Amino acid sequence: MSIYSYIALIPLAPLAGFVILGLFGRKYFNKSAGIIGTCILGLSAFLSLATAFQYFFVDGKKDGIFHQLIPLKYSWLQFSPNISIDMGAVLDPLSVMMLVVVSFVSLMVHIFSLGYMKGEDRFATYYAFLSLFTFSMLGLVLSINIFQIYMFWELVGVSSFLLIGYYYEKPAAVAAAKKAFIVTRFADLGFLIGILILSFHAETLDFQTLISRLTDPQSSQYLSITTASFFGITMLTWGLVLVFIGGAGKSAMFPLHIWLPDAMEGPTPVSALIHAATMVVAGVFLVARLFPVFVFDHAALFVVTYIGAFSALLAAVIACAQTDIKRVLAYSTMSQIGYMMFALGVSGKGGEDGLGYMASMFHLFTHAFFKSLLFLGAGAVIHLVHSNDMKDMGGLRKYMPITHITFLIACLAIAGIPPFAGFFSKEEILLATFHANKLVFCIALFTSGLTAFYMFRLYFSIFWKKEALLHGEHHNEGTLSMKIPLLILGSCALLAGFVPISSLVTSDGAELETHINILFSLTPVLFGIAGILLALNLYKTENDKPQKIANVMGGFYKAAYKKFYIDEIYLFLTQKIIFNLIGKPAAWFDKNIVDGIINKMAGGTAIISEQIKGIQSGKVQAYALYFFLGIIGLSALFIYILN
Amino acid sequence: MNGIPLTHILFVSTALFFIGMYGFFTRRNMITILMSVELILNSVNINFVAFNKYLYPENLDGVFFTIFIITIAAAEAAVAIAIIINLYRSHHSVDVEEAGELKY
Repeated sequence: MSIYSYIALIPLAPLAGFVILGLFGRKYFNKSAGIIGTCILGLSAFLSLATAFQYFFVDGKKDGIFHQLIPLKYSWLQFSPNISIDMGAVLDPLSVMMLVVVSFVSLMVHIFSLGYMKGEDRFATYYAFLSLFTFSMLGLVLSINIFQIYMFWELVGVSSFLLIGYYYEKPAAVAAAKKAFIVTRFADLGFLIGILILSFHAETLDFQTLISRLTDPQSSQYLSITTASFFGITMLTWGLVLVFIGGAGKSAMFPLHIWLPDAMEGPTPVSALIHAATMVVAGVFLVARLFPVFVFDHAALFVVTYIGAFSALLAAVIACAQTDIKRVLAYSTMSQIGYMMFALGVSGKGGEDGLGYMASMFHLFTHAFFKSLLFLGAGAVIHLVHSNDMKDMGGLRKYMPITHITFLIACLAIAGIPPFAGFFSKEEILLATFHANKLVFCIALFTSGLTAFYMFRLYFSIFWKKEALLHGEHHNEGTLSMKIPLLILGSCALLAGFVPISSLVTSDGAELETHINILFSLTPVLFGIAGILLALNLYKTENDKPQKIANVMGGFYKAAYKKFYIDEIYLFLTQKIIFNLIGKPAAWFDKNIVDGIINKMAGGTAIISEQIKGIQSGKVQAYALYFFLGIIGLSALFIYILN
Repeated sequence: MNGIPLTHILFVSTALFFIGMYGFFTRRNMITILMSVELILNSVNINFVAFNKYLYPENLDGVFFTIFIITIAAAEAAVAIAIIINLYRSHHSVDVEEAGELKY
């Protein structure tokens, strides 16, 4: 077991990077901070890959099943002999895969930022924050108990807040950072209550013990959590749904998705890291981590399925109408996370039933590569054009051939065209859904067509459409450090589909047979191609067809453009209802009752002291008189009364 | 000597004590205040000697105390006069009403 003890370094190296760069970076090595941060992360990424190799191919497997290993465990807070909070690291297929994804994508983002963020005033701070974020995310995936995951969960929230608000001079960025923090924090409230419910009934915080107790119908803990109920719903369902709400907040599921598009105010590489590949899949990861318990509760899985499917569809529709390229990508992220969620929702445990779980993890894996590639490509485009709006773009394929090709690969991957990565994972998801839930299958199929459409709308608008209107002396794609990650991620987006996730990451650790069913695959691929052709027809050259279609759609188009007014509904709810009905009375109470009592007490003391301060006149003889009178009084007291 | 009862002597010492007290509270001149304090001390001395003489003639404790108090009073007078001189230097007066700065 101890051969894995080096994995403590994987999260701790970025933490060291954060401390060094955060404390001394701006003063001593503002210029070299990028190199330092990247090297440290390179170490983490290397160790992650080594761990993955060691675990998957050398000694993780026993009797054909991947077992959970706990190479590190320290008791941190001992509350009672039975309950303690431990810190440690867990190795199972899920966490190892996430380690690789997080550290690899983070490394690419670090390299890309070398060029993208060059010359920034707070360059070292940026890298310090990136390191902090990577540390929290790596710590999160390695967590051995539910309390540890909650701690890292909040750290992820804080570091994403810092990164979104990196351009703190921009009011929009500050607002976006606040919004992201408040919305996810609000969702975390659900998560916390869920943790309390689950761990109260399971009488442990440890994942392994919790899962084994809550999945054993004979155990007393299982009986207690299924018999206790609140509003006619068992505590098990409540706990799981509340945990899922926490996950939905981080993963931007409807109706807690509103922070994700705004979070695009951060630097683009940050969007690639946080809002595409790592942080937003934390929710999926959480559900996957507790999946053995979720399987036991159909109601909770039902919620996961339908929230996921609805978010996937809603986000895809909104993405079709957006013009800010980063927002399109943000909504496509939300849509793809929705895929992962409902794939988990329709899954069962073990054998063929576990297809959904495997597919979800597979999609998480491939999505991380092509989505971060899309964001980094968009970052390169924005770096060149200095605008986020696709109206300002067009015809860029001549100026940035590498970005163009890699972006195209990523678009094909997300659209699910074989043999790109997205095809395989999406295929598995659709297959799993087809067997489990026909309605969700139809939604998923339609959404995959929409995905192809809006991604190629984006692609054609950026790289074709019209002749580029760039003016200025030199136009190049940016530094070598920006091109290398694009190329690496591009090849990953091409090849990640061939990684045999089905034999590595499954719901029960055993290998799962999968086979591509040509006839079944035909439909989604046709949907994808139809979407691409539609986009080709509408956006390849400049014409008025999109405008006409928008006019025909009328109100629906406008609603999609306005993101279905969900932000406005939230604003109405918070500003008109919550502020007026709860906030203002609470403020009044605080100002008049709580503060009032203290102020009145202080005022009373002041008045009394004003009245009696004359006694201290400065006249020595007066003092002597008081002293004398006091002695007389005391004498009288002792002689006549106390005697 | 034997004809004078103890109460007479105590009456004298009490009168002396309250005369001193009265002077202490009413006089504004530091030197007279000092003199009043001396009166109070001496009234106590009379008490000590009288009680010693009338109640425990075989002991000398009261007399010792009296001598002790006289010594202390001499030292105290020196300190008090030093304070009065400093007060005069800073306020050009030995009136305690003038030195009323230490107030609220």
